[in-house]
Amino acid sequence: MKLNRYRSIILFALTSALFFNSASQAAVLPEERIDLMVHSYDGGNVEVSGPAILVRTNVTSNTSVSYNYYVDNITSASIDVELGGSAYEEERTEQSLGIDFLNGKTTMNLSYTDSVENDYAANTLTVGISQDFFGDLSTLSMGFSQGTDSVSSRTGNNPRTFSAELSNITRQNYRLGFSQILTKNSTVSLGWETITDEATEQGGSGVTLNNPYRSYSYGTVGVNRNFAQEIYPNTRTSNALSIRGNYFVSSFKSAIHYEYRWFQDDWGIKANSLGLGYVHPVKNWELEFRWRYYDQGKADFYRDMFDFANQFTYMARDKELSAFTSTSMGVSASYKFAKNGWGWIDRGSLNVSYDLLTIEYDNFRDARESQSDATLAGAESLYNLNADVMQAYISIWY
Amino acid sequence: MNRLALIIVAVFIFSGCSSLEPWVKPYERENLSDPIMNVARDPVQAGYYHHVFETRESARGAGAVTGGGCGCN
Repeated sequence: MKLNRYRSIILFALTSALFFNSASQAAVLPEERIDLMVHSYDGGNVEVSGPAILVRTNVTSNTSVSYNYYVDNITSASIDVELGGSAYEEERTEQSLGIDFLNGKTTMNLSYTDSVENDYAANTLTVGISQDFFGDLSTLSMGFSQGTDSVSSRTGNNPRTFSAELSNITRQNYRLGFSQILTKNSTVSLGWETITDEATEQGGSGVTLNNPYRSYSYGTVGVNRNFAQEIYPNTRTSNALSIRGNYFVSSFKSAIHYEYRWFQDDWGIKANSLGLGYVHPVKNWELEFRWRYYDQGKADFYRDMFDFANQFTYMARDKELSAFTSTSMGVSASYKFAKNGWGWIDRGSLNVSYDLLTIEYDNFRDARESQSDATLAGAESLYNLNADVMQAYISIWY
Repeated sequence: MNRLALIIVAVFIFSGCSSLEPWVKPYERENLSDPIMNVARDPVQAGYYHHVFETRESARGAGAVTGGGCGCN
């Protein structure tokens, strides 16, 4: 069934390419390059670090392939872990293989991504097509992804034993994009994406789209706070619309980037994000300053503390479903070397990057406070966290 | 009435398109082709930011890159 669906999508992409293609002047393939990165996230008593490798090369004059290897080494004693278990360590490994095919003004891509943790496995097949037209001032793109997640969990507090599958999730992404060159110094693009999830509970686990480690809370303010396994709907559909723009500042040969995204889903969550960036070259260096603001409303079935167990059909206290705002400010420095080539290298860059991420929750309380003093139940202070986000990487074009 | 309005709009659009020429010529696109004009010019970094935000926020989609997995507890 799935194979037939994939075959239909690929067929649609190829047919669309033939339909759109009236080419004489070509779009271009992505550049051949190697990127080696180490990354680090440290915030909310969660540390995540690891390497990442990206290799992209042309196998023919109109075909490019890429391979991405990415690792998260996770050490977590987060507020969720403290309330629901004990600190743990785990590793997530993600690998992607992609192919881009260029035919005149049409680019088609196909990629497969596989992500593995001890308690979570995900794979996604993505297909996309883009077409330049109107003197290459405009680009229309569309894409589709089909993903499957298999969810399990650690059993008890033993970090090395895991349950059978608790939930199986299928996901479809539908993307549409339009980019336009506005002037010789500015571009703008619009993007739309609809994502649908459907979870199938396995073996009466009670787990659908929820994280099996998270709990909802119920009790009486000032008296007690109890916890029970969250109950989520088994489907979710979301829509997102984004507008992005780039402006070249001729006098400084620098660039300004901006973006806005609107988001809404059928769980009642509404979110907006706004981003601004400025990139400034100084001789062999390139400096980037960026700022991002994100604001989210809560899900309809989220409460920090319900009145009693099984009060509603769906009940959640996952902080990612609460109302919160998040701000990040970051800076990157990039040093360009071998600008005129060196051996088989066309050029290269050394890059370091730092962001401070701050998240302030509006209705997610620090329930750890009432673990030792029950009179604080439901009146604990609101939770917030700061995180240091860093990367260092080398890029080589060849 | 609605149909008339639709026809007027359609005529306006299509007559406009027929005379509309690409207004930025290929030789005027030097600045646009500068790598710093691409916010996701380093895909390995863009993919990382996508993962950092998407695992901590409910909003998803309409971004520059796609990914998978959780790594988020």
